[in-house]
Order: sequence, then structure tokens, then C-alpha cells
Amino acid sequence: MANEVVLLDTWVSSFGMRVRIALAEKGIKYEYKEEDLRNKSDLLLKMNPVHKKIPVLIHNGKPVCESLIIVQYIDEVWNDSSPLLPADPYQRAQARFWADFIDAKVQSVTRRVWTTKGEEQEAAKKEYFETFKILEGELGDKPYFGGETFGFVDIALVTLYSWFYVYESFGNFSMEAEFPKIMTWVKRCMQKESVAKTLPDQKKVYGLVVDLRKKLGLD
Amino acid sequence: MAKSEVKLLGAWPSPFVMRARIALNIKAVEYEFLQETLEPKSQLLLQSNPVYKKIPVLIHADKPICESLVIVQYIDDVWTSGPSILPSDPYDRAIHRFWAAYLDDKFYPTLRSIRAAQGEEARKALLEQLAEGIALLEEAFGKCSQGKAFFGGDGIGFLDIAFGCFLGLLRATEKMGGVKLLDEAKTPGLVKWADRFCADGAVKGVMPETEKLIEFAKVFMAKMRGAPAK
Repeated sequence: MANEVVLLDTWVSSFGMRVRIALAEKGIKYEYKEEDLRNKSDLLLKMNPVHKKIPVLIHNGKPVCESLIIVQYIDEVWNDSSPLLPADPYQRAQARFWADFIDAKVQSVTRRVWTTKGEEQEAAKKEYFETFKILEGELGDKPYFGGETFGFVDIALVTLYSWFYVYESFGNFSMEAEFPKIMTWVKRCMQKESVAKTLPDQKKVYGLVVDLRKKLGLD
Repeated sequence: MAKSEVKLLGAWPSPFVMRARIALNIKAVEYEFLQETLEPKSQLLLQSNPVYKKIPVLIHADKPICESLVIVQYIDDVWTSGPSILPSDPYDRAIHRFWAAYLDDKFYPTLRSIRAAQGEEARKALLEQLAEGIALLEEAFGKCSQGKAFFGGDGIGFLDIAFGCFLGLLRATEKMGGVKLLDEAKTPGLVKWADRFCADGAVKGVMPETEKLIEFAKVFMAKMRGAPAK
């Protein structure tokens, strides 16, 4: 049976990057389609009518939406190598919990760090710091969030690394100074080809955000 | 396994706690239900869920598992001799997970805001949003059930649990608001599904009565009105 894999995505999306890393980890060949979110394709609207968002993985014509759901799907279908979730049920539950935390807490606060000013931004920064402190606590002295091997939670979080320069610049702080353990973990993840080849250059992301801020009337 | 090996920290009105209870019932797992007072939060809750300090928390052999959907999947992963909760096919699993996420990220926040809505306009807008969501879920039910009784097929599955836990709140909202959210004309599939779900052996004992939920909501709303302005 033909194994046709298409990914609808945008190069700068930290959600889309998660899927690209998972596909790379599994060595899956796929067709990448860059979406213009100001002019969404008919395909995207058809494949994700509920949210109209990227990423969408289309496997043999059938769409899978929501990045963490896609990553789990990839892990379950291409299950002969590079497991992304732990085998032990308790470890799996922990992985799901922390990936969900990253979506519920981290992703929501990071946007506010670069889109707000004054008091609102200070509040966002405070929340950002609290959230990363919790993550550093969870990481502890482990090489990866999953323990000895790179996995689900690492994939969920590491894609934000390409946005760190944005948060640092507009939030006026240094990730290295505030969260050295996280940065050590980031560098370890970046040694992996799947991560290094997927994550766009921080300055490129920053450039896009500078333009975006002008359009949003922030600068 | 001794009953004390499995504990569930929860409270009767919570739909999220109900998810865990239904899953445990499906697997016929004996457990100790620890009623959490919430005001103030117990030491056990603060210790076992330091990140969110929320119920439900499943404590299995002294190890805590938090977040209702994570708990349900954990129960499915551990007690493999009972009926499966997640579908066996990865694509079906992705669909169940998609709608469960929709329910938690979009549907429930809308449902919860209705009781706190200020003014008729705001309430109407929220009810319309909810109706749109229910229409989507009716369509999803058709696709997932494939003519069978539940989203999960012949037996209750992940999405049935994720959605069914809100039936109490939906019914309370209908009664309190004088509206029909599940309607024989518009959502015939879901109307029949709701009856089957509530009648199921795994659900019957843990679904709170609509009247009790209405009372609870009234107490909650009165507290909110009585609360000092921020």
C-alpha cells in the first residue's frame, strides 16, 4: 500500500516543527506544503475545517490535526523504530502530562511576552519565568525530559528554542542567565540531526516577528 | 490488587473526576474514593498535584497521575485485561483525541461561562457557540460510531467518556436556561447516545443527578455574586 504523507505547515510554527522532528526521527519521507495563513489553501480548510490551523498531517488522504496528537499518531503507526513515548504506562502518563503542560501553560504565555507592553508584559514575564522554573525542576539532572532518551516531552518543548531570541529581545532577559539547565538540555537536543535540521535560525524567526509587530501596531 | 492500592482524589460534581471513575468502572478496578473538600485544598491534593492543585488525581501504588484524559489513558494502558477504552486503530485514536481536546479547549470553557454570563446578549452568544459545537459533535458521532451505540463502537470508549461527563452540566444548563441543547430534531444521534451512555453500568452510579447539579450551580453563582469586587 502506498504510504503518502503530506504536511501542511508554516516554517516558523513551533507546533509544526514538532511534527517535522517526529517525522525525521522516524525517517519518514513526506511532502511539505508551506501555508500562507493570510490566504489559507482550500486543502487546509478541507482537512482542518474545525480549527483551520496548521500543522495538519495527511496520511493516505486522511487528515490528523493538533501537533501533539499528530506526534502520537506518527509514533503509533511507525512503531518499528525510535519510540517517542515511553513503554511504561506510568512514564507514558508523565510524558503526556508534561506535554499537555507545555501546551496549556508555556505556549500561551510566550506569545504574550512579545505582543504586550508595560504591566501586561511584566505579568507575562513573571508567568513565563514561573513556568520555566517548573520545567527546570522537572528536567532535574536528566539528559532529557524522558530520561536517557529523547522523546515526546523534549519534542514538545525544544521547538520553542527557535523563538528564544524573540522572547529574550522583547522581554529583555537572557535564557542562559535565567535557565542554564534548560539551555544545556537545548544544546544536547540540537546535537540530534532531526532537531538541528528542523529548527529555523533564531535570527530568521526574529526578523519575521519584527515585521509582524509592525503589522500588529506594536512598533 | 488491594483496594487501597488505587485511590482517586475527587469531588462528586466534577465532570473530570467522573471521567476517571467511568474508566475505573469499565476495567472493574476497585478503588478508594477520597472526597476532596477543595476549600481549603487538602495536603494530599497539594502534594500529589503540585503543578495544578486540581482534581482528579489518581494515586496508584502511591504514584500520582494528574489530568483527567491522561488518567483515562493510563487506566487503559495498565488494566489491559478489561475492555479497551482507546480504539485499537491509530487513526481512530487520533480522532478520539482530537475531539477530546476540542471538548476541553473549546466546548467546556463555553459551557462553563454560560452560568457566569452577564446579560442576555452574552448568554445568547455563548449558547449559540455551544450549539455550533454540539452540531460538530453530532457529525463526529455519525462518523465515529458507524451506526453503533457509542463513539467507541459497541462499548463506551475514550470519546464517550470525554464528552459524556458533561451531560449532567448540559442538562442542568438546559433546565436553568429554558433551552434545548440536545434536540431530537437537530441532534438525534446524540440524544439517543446520551440515554445509552447514562444508562450504562459504568456510568450510572457516578453521573450526578441534574437537580443536584442545579442546586450546586446556584450555590456557586450566589458565591460569585457575593464575592467582593476585584
